Amino acid sequence: MVNKNELENINRISGTDVKKCMKCGKCSGRCPAFTEMDIKPHQFVSYLAQGKLDKLLNSKAIWNCLSCMACVERCPRGVAPANVIEAVRDTVARMQGKDGISANDIPPIVEELLPQQLLVSAFRKYKK
Amino acid sequence: MKINYFPGCTLKTQAVELDKYARASAKALGVEMEEIKDWQCCGGVYPIAKDEIATKLSAVRALDYAKHNGGMLLTLCSACHNVIKRVNDDMANDKEINSKANNYMKLDEPYNGETKVIHYIEMLRDMVGFDKIKQAVKNPLNKKVGAYYGCLLLRPSSVMAFDNPENPKVLEDFISAIGGTPIKYPFRNECCGAYVKIKNPDLAEQKSKNVIKNAKSFGIEVIVTACPLCYYNLKKVANGEIEVKYITEVLAEALGVKE
Repeated sequence: MVNKNELENINRISGTDVKKCMKCGKCSGRCPAFTEMDIKPHQFVSYLAQGKLDKLLNSKAIWNCLSCMACVERCPRGVAPANVIEAVRDTVARMQGKDGISANDIPPIVEELLPQQLLVSAFRKYKK
Repeated sequence: MKINYFPGCTLKTQAVELDKYARASAKALGVEMEEIKDWQCCGGVYPIAKDEIATKLSAVRALDYAKHNGGMLLTLCSACHNVIKRVNDDMANDKEINSKANNYMKLDEPYNGETKVIHYIEMLRDMVGFDKIKQAVKNPLNKKVGAYYGCLLLRPSSVMAFDNPENPKVLEDFISAIGGTPIKYPFRNECCGAYVKIKNPDLAEQKSKNVIKNAKSFGIEVIVTACPLCYYNLKKVANGEIEVKYITEVLAEALGVKE
C-alpha cells in the first residue's frame, strides 16, 4: 500500500525535486558505497518519483550511505540523491524499534583512540 | 588580531593536539583564537532533512554569539565547519528553518545568517597569508605530503565554497608554504568511510584503505587532514607505512612552536 502522506513527507523533507532527474546515472557512478547499496542513489530518486515507498523503506542502503555528497556535487540537474537517502533514513529511524544502532552496540567497539565525533555522528545518522 | 573560535567536542578530548597546535601556531602568526562561551557540540553531521530543527540549534547559538562579537566564527574540525557553515546557509536562505529556529530561540533580534564562518586554513590563507607563513617557517617540512580534503571541507560546494570541489589546491598551497612538497593524488577528496565505521566497518575500512594505497603509490610520506574522524579512519589502516598528521601539527613543527 502506498501511503501518500509518507511519500509527500519524504519528498518535502528531502528538499529536492526528484522530477528534475534525467536518469544519467552520474550519482551512482560516483557513489563510493555503490557495491554496498542494494538500492543505488539514482534508484532512490526514481523510486521516490514513482512512489515506490515499500522499496525505499526496506532498503539496507540507507545505513551504508556515507553522506559524502559526491552524488549531489556531480548531478547535472541539481537533484540531491543524498538528501533523498537521508529523508528515507530519517523516516525509518523515527519509527519505533527501527533505529540503525542502539546504545548497547557501542561498548564493544569503544577503544582508546576512538574519536567522540564518530559516536556523535553515528547516533545522529542512525538513531532518532 | 582576535577571532571567535568554535573548538568542538573532539578537540577537547581525543583530538586535543589538533586544537593545541592550532592555537600555538596562530599565536606565533599574530592571531589570538578566543574560544566562544558556552558552545555546544555541533552534532558531528549536518542534519539534511528540512524538518530537523532542534539538531541545528547548537550551531545557531554559536553563530549568533559570533554575530554579536565581531561577526566572524573560526572553525577547525572539518565536521564542525561543515555543520556550522551549512546551518548558517539555512538561516540565511531557508525561510522555514529560519523562522522555526528563531521562534524557538527567542533571541533579542532574529538570526539571519549574518556571521561569516571561516575555516582555520582559510584564516591562514586570507587573514595571515601564506607568504607571511613562509617567512615565519623555522623548520621546513621537507617531505612529500599528501593533502587529504575528504568530503566535509568541499561538499556541497554550492554552500561550502571552500575551493574547487573536484580539483582543490588550498591545502597544497599551505604545504608549499611550510616547506613541504605537495603531491596531488586522485583519492584526496574521496570519503574515508566516516561514521559508517560503526554500522559497516568493512565498508569504511575499504574506503580508508583505498586512500592510503593511492597516496602510497604516489610516493607520499605524510598525509595531512583537519578532521579527527578522517585521522582516525586513515591512521587505523595506515599501519605506520605512511604518517597521518593534523594540518596544525605540521604547521606547529614548521613554525618551531610544537612542544
